[in-house]
Amino acid sequence: MAIAEQHSSSEAAQTSGDKSWHGIVLQTLKRNEISLIPYVPDRVLTPLIKNLHADPFFTTFATAREEEAVGIASGAWMGGRRAAVLMQTSGFATLANVLASLAVPYQIPLIMFVSERGTLGEFNYGQSLVCRTMRPVLDSLALEHHTITRLDELEFIADRSIKQAVTTQAPVALILNPLLTGGKTFDK
Amino acid sequence: MNARNTKVMNRFDVTSRLIAKLKNEEAVIGGIGNTNFDLWAAGHRPQNFYMLGSMGLAFPIALGVALAQPDRGVFALEGDGSLLMQLGALATIAMLKPKNLVMIVMDNGIYQITGSQPTPAANVADIVTIAAGSGLANSAWAADEEDFERLVEEAMSASEPSLIAVRIDDKPGVGATRRDPVQIRERFMHGLGVREPL
Repeated sequence: MAIAEQHSSSEAAQTSGDKSWHGIVLQTLKRNEISLIPYVPDRVLTPLIKNLHADPFFTTFATAREEEAVGIASGAWMGGRRAAVLMQTSGFATLANVLASLAVPYQIPLIMFVSERGTLGEFNYGQSLVCRTMRPVLDSLALEHHTITRLDELEFIADRSIKQAVTTQAPVALILNPLLTGGKTFDK
Repeated sequence: MNARNTKVMNRFDVTSRLIAKLKNEEAVIGGIGNTNFDLWAAGHRPQNFYMLGSMGLAFPIALGVALAQPDRGVFALEGDGSLLMQLGALATIAMLKPKNLVMIVMDNGIYQITGSQPTPAANVADIVTIAAGSGLANSAWAADEEDFERLVEEAMSASEPSLIAVRIDDKPGVGATRRDPVQIRERFMHGLGVREPL
């Protein structure tokens, strides 16, 4: 069942048995020794961000812009520390230049988690438009990307994609669809 | 010290003075264009990283290196036009306070490489005031070359990140970096001890 789980309790995610989407993401990051998490926040990502902040394994912090977070993750990789960047769809839309001039040509395994806004109940026209730019940009650079809709597929896709990014030295975008996360709706 | 009271220096000369001070395999990140051209011209080191795009990201890249290797000194060379693209990075660095990070801003008030057009900040904004206002208390203008060298030495033993702004002339970079991004990145990782050559 591709039903979003909306556990926001940090206690729930602290246990390794947490099967919420954000609990699985956190554990998958940890298992792959990804300890640096620069992000630009998103409402849907809030429980993940909260639990990352609460876990001393991770160095979790906000940046002013998404491309700044990409620069930090790239520097960390070259210095021997793994990072993942968290953002919203509209934030990804600011990244074409840094992907094409840093992450791709320098062969940096940039790991991006993108909370998908603009589809499946979007209420802001601009968000729905910017969402449509995301996959064409990814495809234009031949970047690996997966749209994750099902909780039972999340761990497999995230874990394998992170390992592939590292071993092939290539960026990956993991798009967290509203079918997985519940998304953001007008009444929230 | 106000920018207008500082001597106008030269980017290549100042970069060469910095490199001469480095004795502990410190990492140096050269920003897009002239800053990395002059870093290259000052003599390639395995711990140098040269940006071939991503304008404005010298400080964020250096921050990432500094967070990955907290025991290594990390320097970043950035132009004033580049920094204007990513001023928010100053607050991020001020929040994280990596004591091993030293930021150097080469300020000529122009986009030299595109035809020397003045930046919007030229004559109205002060880089050091902006940095201090972003939370980087340890920010200063270098009055002249000797003052620059003194500030570099202070920064290397400081307990918080440092920013040194240098007023420079309108000369282009001296060298031209070999534009081989994979080799630049791989050799940098060797230089940082992250990887061994094949």
